[in-house]
Amino acid sequence: MSNAIELRGVTKNFGNTAIIRGVDLAVARGERHAIIGPNGAGKSTLFNLISGRFPVSRGEILLNGESITGLKPFEINRKGLSRSFQVTNIFQRMSVFENIRCAVLWSLGYKYSFWHRLGGLKDANLRAEEIMESIGLKRRRDTFAGVLSYAEQRALEIGVTIAGGAEVILLDEPTAGMSRSETADAVELIRKVSQGKTLIMVEHDMGVVFNLADKISVLVYGEVIASDAPQNIRGNKAVQEAYLGTEAH
Amino acid sequence: MAKPGKIRYQPLNLGRWIVWGATTLVMIVLPLIFTEGFTLTLMSQIGIGVIFALSYNMLLGQGGMLSFGHAVYSGLGAYFTAHALNLIGKGSFTMPVSLLPLVGGVAGLAFGILFGYVTTKKSGTTFAMISLGIGEMVFACSLMFPDFFGGEAGITTNRVIGQPFLGITFGPAIQVYYLIVAWTLACMAAMFAWTQTPLGRMANAVRDNPERAEFVGYDTHMIRFLTLVLSSFFAGIAGGLNCINYEIVTAENVSAARSGGVLLATFIGGAGFFFGPIIGSIVFFVMVIAVGAMTKAWLFYLGLLFLIMVLYAPGGFASLILMHIPVMKERLMNRLWLPYAGALVTGLVLLAGLVSVVEITYHYSLEAATAPEMALFGIRFDVTQAAPWGAAVGLLLGGFIVSLFAWKAVGRAWAGIIHTIQERSA
Repeated sequence: MSNAIELRGVTKNFGNTAIIRGVDLAVARGERHAIIGPNGAGKSTLFNLISGRFPVSRGEILLNGESITGLKPFEINRKGLSRSFQVTNIFQRMSVFENIRCAVLWSLGYKYSFWHRLGGLKDANLRAEEIMESIGLKRRRDTFAGVLSYAEQRALEIGVTIAGGAEVILLDEPTAGMSRSETADAVELIRKVSQGKTLIMVEHDMGVVFNLADKISVLVYGEVIASDAPQNIRGNKAVQEAYLGTEAH
Repeated sequence: MAKPGKIRYQPLNLGRWIVWGATTLVMIVLPLIFTEGFTLTLMSQIGIGVIFALSYNMLLGQGGMLSFGHAVYSGLGAYFTAHALNLIGKGSFTMPVSLLPLVGGVAGLAFGILFGYVTTKKSGTTFAMISLGIGEMVFACSLMFPDFFGGEAGITTNRVIGQPFLGITFGPAIQVYYLIVAWTLACMAAMFAWTQTPLGRMANAVRDNPERAEFVGYDTHMIRFLTLVLSSFFAGIAGGLNCINYEIVTAENVSAARSGGVLLATFIGGAGFFFGPIIGSIVFFVMVIAVGAMTKAWLFYLGLLFLIMVLYAPGGFASLILMHIPVMKERLMNRLWLPYAGALVTGLVLLAGLVSVVEITYHYSLEAATAPEMALFGIRFDVTQAAPWGAAVGLLLGGFIVSLFAWKAVGRAWAGIIHTIQERSA
């Protein structure tokens, strides 16, 4: 029960090609866990399997000890898992505030209500204001998401992901395409919003990974070749050969 | 500014109250000023059309569902209302006639539940195709079950039944009109309120990005389904009013033509804005009823208007109106009046040319054999002669050329305004 996420022999085939090959992975509750690996290793696919975007071909995925294999994304989300996307995936034609409010409605129990007036939902509105404050977009409150700067959109992406108060958060390359200073801000933001939660992130920037992660799993050709604390990963021979050797500074 | 501890989420919208108040006033007062029956017929139809188009826009504008079969819900609502009215007439059912549109609403809702669950499984093209299929299916049923649908003759009914209440019998058309006004205002308010609810907002979210909606906990199928069911309810109310207004319901009520009409009206008005379909309904029924009374070519003009809107103003009349708000705020409207006046005058010449060509062509192909003479703009002429044709084509071409210049001037004025606004905001 102490594992927030557990994968048992998870396999995913696209046609005859196996993209994920029998992955076993355990992420303890409250851990910040990074998944690294070369391009095409299947990191994003793994996220898509955990979050229910794709069905698994074989194997089992557990969330807090309970199987979520075969559930739909919204069902998994309702059980307390939320994810962000590598390519920004927000409601472009809505304001920042509306984006976040949409993301808090279900968790506050408003579900499909057509008998509540949005303007009167104090808890939802306050929560949305708080989230905007924490992701630093308060002054952009009424700006359409589609016209925000790239870094602001990435921050909003994280805001929408955490707004529902999920206990397990999956971030897919949260700092991709950011400048050095934007990345530093993003790291602080991620550190702040993942406080007391379980965080799994796919990330290419090794600075970010070693800065944030309690534990790192290395995915190569659909297999986890190592899953350990950062200092041990640095020293791991197999990892160096497969991946870090060329990219580590 | 918001007071500390009390955050205002929606600005008190004075403009909104003014618009709603003015709409109500116009609806109540207009038939008292224009007392001929024609105005009443037109206004009644517009009122019903507004409910129908707004309900359609819950799907298209709010939920991103392009339906080709929305008349199914209004039409079946109308049939059920007709049968209920006939049952009341026979004394085997009691309900005030003023509340009868609810029967249509509930019928629409029930069929929304029945058909909607399947139609809303997918969005996009799949949804559009299934809605078309269900529309055809229901239309076919109207000929297969003559007991319920009344075959080609339809179901006739009589709205003047029971004891008059405060002298209201619903015999005179004006009484029916005010019943329609009451229902229109109530439905408009209800559908506007819906846009401000969690379901209404999530319908927008599902329209814009269904995938993200799923990852914040929402079943997009359920959102679309509930939206369609509620939309069908209001469509059914429109159908019920239609039944009371015309006292006859035929298969035309569930036809693809009716479904296409509401799409046309909604699009012309502007699906992206709540009030778009209201404008659309007004324009649509003025074209159908007023222009229809004047010329056989009304459908041609309607089609042309639709074409022009799709090409040059895809946001509909609503977007054309709203694009002027920032200009007014910057007090730059004075730069537009002159180019607009030019465009109006040259546009009228172009329109006169177009109308001449179309009307002469229609007259020539339909009636020239029996009556070669026709009158247009108060001028009588013989359509078998060359001169009227030459004049009409000349007017059309001349109008087109001067319009081009006028439009260029409008374009320049707008470019200047955009430039100024950008400079001021920088």
